Amino acid sequence: MIADGFLVMSGIHKRFGGTVALRNVSMSAACGEVHALVGENGAGKSTLMNVLSGAVLPDSGRILIDGVPVIMSTPHQANKLGVRAVHQEFSLVPHLTIAENILMGKMPSRHGLWVDWREAHLRARRILGDLGFTHLDERARVSRLSVSHQQIVEIAKALAEKPRILILDEPSAVLSKDELDLLFSLIRRLKTDNTLVVYISHRLEEVFEIADRITVLRDGELVDTVHRSSVSQSDLIRMMVGRSMEEIYPRRSTKPGARILTVERLSRDGEFRDVSFSLHSGEVVGMFGLIGSGRSAVARSIFGAEPAASGSILVEEKRVRLRSPHDAVSAGISLVTEDRKRDGLVMSCSIRDNVSLASLWRMSRSIFLDRVRQARLVQEKVQELAVRPAAIDRLVRTLSGGNQQKIVLAKWLLSQTKVLLLDEPTRGVDIGAKVEIYHLINNLVAEGVGVLLISSEMPEVLGMSDRVLVMREGVLVGDLTRAEATEELLLQYAAGVAQDELRSAGTKGQT
Amino acid sequence: MKTAVPFIDRMRETARIRWSDFAFIGIFVVLILISSVVSETFFTSRNLINISRQIVTNGLISIGMLVVILTGGVDLSVGSTVALCGIMATGLQKQMPVPAAILVALAVGIAVGTANGFFIARFKLQPFIVTLATMGVVRGVTYVFSETPQTPVYPAFRALLGGGFVGPVPTASIIMVVCFAIIWVFLNRTIPGRAVVAIGGNEEAVRLAGINVKGHLLLAYILCGFFAAIAGILLASRLGISQPSFGAGFELDAIAAVVIGGGILGGGGGGAVGTFWGVLILGVIDNLLNQYNVQSYYQQIIKGLIILAAVLSRRKK
Repeated sequence: MIADGFLVMSGIHKRFGGTVALRNVSMSAACGEVHALVGENGAGKSTLMNVLSGAVLPDSGRILIDGVPVIMSTPHQANKLGVRAVHQEFSLVPHLTIAENILMGKMPSRHGLWVDWREAHLRARRILGDLGFTHLDERARVSRLSVSHQQIVEIAKALAEKPRILILDEPSAVLSKDELDLLFSLIRRLKTDNTLVVYISHRLEEVFEIADRITVLRDGELVDTVHRSSVSQSDLIRMMVGRSMEEIYPRRSTKPGARILTVERLSRDGEFRDVSFSLHSGEVVGMFGLIGSGRSAVARSIFGAEPAASGSILVEEKRVRLRSPHDAVSAGISLVTEDRKRDGLVMSCSIRDNVSLASLWRMSRSIFLDRVRQARLVQEKVQELAVRPAAIDRLVRTLSGGNQQKIVLAKWLLSQTKVLLLDEPTRGVDIGAKVEIYHLINNLVAEGVGVLLISSEMPEVLGMSDRVLVMREGVLVGDLTRAEATEELLLQYAAGVAQDELRSAGTKGQT
Repeated sequence: MKTAVPFIDRMRETARIRWSDFAFIGIFVVLILISSVVSETFFTSRNLINISRQIVTNGLISIGMLVVILTGGVDLSVGSTVALCGIMATGLQKQMPVPAAILVALAVGIAVGTANGFFIARFKLQPFIVTLATMGVVRGVTYVFSETPQTPVYPAFRALLGGGFVGPVPTASIIMVVCFAIIWVFLNRTIPGRAVVAIGGNEEAVRLAGINVKGHLLLAYILCGFFAAIAGILLASRLGISQPSFGAGFELDAIAAVVIGGGILGGGGGGAVGTFWGVLILGVIDNLLNQYNVQSYYQQIIKGLIILAAVLSRRKK
């Protein structure tokens, strides 16, 4: 192994508008090393790797590869320097074949004009074979592949370039256990080829299995770089979070009240089936499951965004038909979606517009907007949630992630909701805003709102919920009380290790 | 603390006003300066009245186009709608009283808008394709409906609307300004107006807020057809005749006016005030070039370049 200092990043600084994403971050790594990068959502891991892969230009700081200072202002330049990144968002072209995607930009040709399909397929075949993914047909269209197979194609595409530095950003999120083992053996082979692998993951078990050293970021700053053998998981969590669990998840003293939402045998083909559970006022029910387990689909169907094919929903013991979000909002149900940029906020509009979007009828005289009343109501919520800055005519686009999420929540608070469905409410939010959101959830619960908290962060589910539901492959496989639920148990249910006898547990605890 | 923040910083903080959005005012001032230097007749009252009448057609079409562009769509059928409604308003005057003919023409405009909105909202088709299709259909219907190449209008109709004056100001210009005022109130002060603006920014977020997106899309295209109808009626009334070939290419001028005034194709930007300035700018340019007898081909080149400049000046970093 060559000495440390193959990759040196020093004093990296990056602001996005008003938020500092990276503050004077430095790290170094050796070639032939697997270097893990961990931190909470919003800690700056992805930004740091975007800097390294040329997607983001830092405001200041230096990068040296093999002792040579480099400037990477585009991903193309980074590629030429041997840096390849596999991001969470795939860069594949869905309607092209696997071979075309892997060989993008270097398709073999005859006379520089005609595509040499035979050669292309051969090369793609060889690349996939080298990586051990022989079960993929290089002629298949990417759009037909499952998400985990798309991830594999993405990795193959990166490795086809034989990079010196390979960045893997949460590669395991969508991979099955077998595929993950394959990926790990691949990473070990890359190590022997002297490739530096930067591995970003929030799953600490994986980090401990594969990484040589671990760099921890928190709130855009470097905490430390440590050897795997010198720390324990709980050390690492404390480094990542910067405070103890009790400080993060505030205690609640409220007791659940009357049943407010009942879901009976909800099904939609290919997404989920026979999902039944209930939610009481003043209760937080956590819903845990791996990506693709149908958690979000269930929430969206309760909200009427994509109505279920069969099953029934009762709000306050009354049967309701929810065929559109409009019906759901009228029935007092609201949904905070997992991707606020995609379907939670209108970025081009102001705080005022966004917060009032779900309750415009409350601030109108006939069709005319009562701007004074609107300003008062919005201002109230903005102050209650401590949105910064509290200027209601500011465009939502200019706010930080945490404040944007508060705007989404403010919208539903203003609509006087009874049932709040939260889908990953703290994704991409810094720890300070996270704690504020948890407090807010508790305040709502104290006022009698029932909350369904969908999350893939186990500490969040365990820290916030009165009960925990677990979903796997579209089926509710577990319904646990706060006392019963542990990280191990949740994972066992979610991954299908625990026995199916619990499949009937969906109706448990609804007395 | 709040009072300590200088005004200009406060503007920046609320980010409601970006000066690049007001580039059109600068362009307008420059244009006026150029005009006053190169043209002796520009500032004569006769020429100014002329301009104010000439911009009416594009002004009214642009109002409707603005609403549609705000939702993230576009309406290519407005030029054809102008022709059809003009023909309706003039051609029916033989069979019925003038006000009735006008009402029928307005109803036809609303019908075209309804058809556009129905296909776009109900079947989630692309606005570009749907309105491209109706553009052809409506143009064809116009030729079928008009038996003669030119339909003259009643003098009274002409004197009242297209040729009428209130004091020194043309009636048609007043109608246009009132329509701009109405659409400003609609977009900024009404519930459906705010919903329309939000839809262009993020349709799915608006739907998930419990708002009826399809209904609002339909409304936007109906408004667009309605304003195109008014434009067609006033155009026929001003020229004294109506031809089925009227209005070809008008959709491009309207899109240009909206874009110059800060509109963004695909939604998420634009407003009534900006569009008004966009219409003025295009009108002044047309007027200047006409005075110098510049061939219309060059006019198109210059307009195209102005649109490019407007879009470039506001491009996202």
